[in-house]
Amino acid sequence: MITAASLLAAEGGNNPLIPHTYELVVGIFAFFVVVLVVGKILTPRIQKTLAERTELIEGGLKKAEDAQAEAKQTLDAYKSQLSEARQEAARLREEAREQGAQIIAEMKEQAQVEARRIVENAQAQIEQERAQALASLRAEVGALSVDLAGRVVGESLEDEARQRRIVDRFLEELESSNAAGKAL
Amino acid sequence: MSTPIVLASSGAEFTPPGAELFDFPPLFAGGPEWLTKPVVLALLGSLITIAFAWSAFAKPKLVPRGMQNIGEVGYVFVRDQVARPFLGKDAERWMPLLLSMFMLIWFWNIFAVIPVIQFPVASHIAFPAVLALSVYILKIYLGMKHQGPVKYFTNLIPPGLPKPIYVLLVPIEYLSTFVLAPFTHAVRLFANMFAGHIILAFFSLVGYWFLIENPSWLGAPVGVLGVVMTILMTAFEMFIQFLQAFLFTMLAAMYIGSGLHADH
Repeated sequence: MITAASLLAAEGGNNPLIPHTYELVVGIFAFFVVVLVVGKILTPRIQKTLAERTELIEGGLKKAEDAQAEAKQTLDAYKSQLSEARQEAARLREEAREQGAQIIAEMKEQAQVEARRIVENAQAQIEQERAQALASLRAEVGALSVDLAGRVVGESLEDEARQRRIVDRFLEELESSNAAGKAL
Repeated sequence: MSTPIVLASSGAEFTPPGAELFDFPPLFAGGPEWLTKPVVLALLGSLITIAFAWSAFAKPKLVPRGMQNIGEVGYVFVRDQVARPFLGKDAERWMPLLLSMFMLIWFWNIFAVIPVIQFPVASHIAFPAVLALSVYILKIYLGMKHQGPVKYFTNLIPPGLPKPIYVLLVPIEYLSTFVLAPFTHAVRLFANMFAGHIILAFFSLVGYWFLIENPSWLGAPVGVLGVVMTILMTAFEMFIQFLQAFLFTMLAAMYIGSGLHADH
């Protein structure tokens, strides 16, 4: 180094390793002005902006995550509601079926009762009508047969009381023989 | 250096450029002695640095546009390649200094290949020296502040070695940290720019001398070679300019880191 410097000095030029004083001053000035303006004023601004950008991006990601979590929560709630509704529907269906079956059974019973009532009514009416017919027949058949018998026998049987007694006796005999036959 | 090379038939001598490339008289006759080309360029460099940073960072937007994009590339480069590897969590705190230093040195260096200007400011050792000296003072200040005024100097010596080793190690360690480190810090940048300027001047002078000033059939190929080499070396110099700005800043970050935390 020393030899190189002395060589250069010997050539008459300035030694490039020896700084000029005024250049040292200008160098310090130039450097500190840059540090002051670029370092103290401008760099903090871009640092702030970059930090804000990072924050914004991270915030955006966080927001997206939150939204996703919320969507998942909503979906779960919806799914559970759906399954609840399904269970409810099944329960209602079952209930309806039971009710339906019950109603059908009740209706059947009612219908049967009604049918029985109708049949009983009909039977009673028939019985009544039969009795009525029998009574009117009894009178008419008695008169007719006496009339006929009187004509056939030629014997006057015009005494009404006697006639009726004879016919009644006859019919009673007939009825009792009938009833005995039925009982048998 | 002034060995004559006789190739031209006319007998004129080609003289390669030397250290006189770096001597500048005052800009105008009778002007102050200090108002020279390197001084003006040094100030112009800081002005351009400020103008660039202002256009990029004065009103930063969350969504960057135009100059801010370019500025952010520079900022992120210095932060990720220089500050974070050496300063870790302290990176943001030291970015103002490192970014200013990186940009100023790079603009100073770029002057070497800009037509008409064509002079690297850092090839005058005063400019790298004040930067290196600032970092050197900062390093010692931070070391004494963060590690203690005495502890900083004892922390430099790794413990637990055999006693005789320290006889060698202690002087070497102190010499390297307090003498050689700042010296090489400044000289590395200075020497690269100094040599680069000489190389560019040499090849362009070869081209000019053998093709225009003193043309001859014998000398023409040499002149063409000079022009081609000038172009190639200009591209190479542009790479070196960036590399040296980066290296200088990286070393600054390393020295600041060594002040903040003990190495061993």
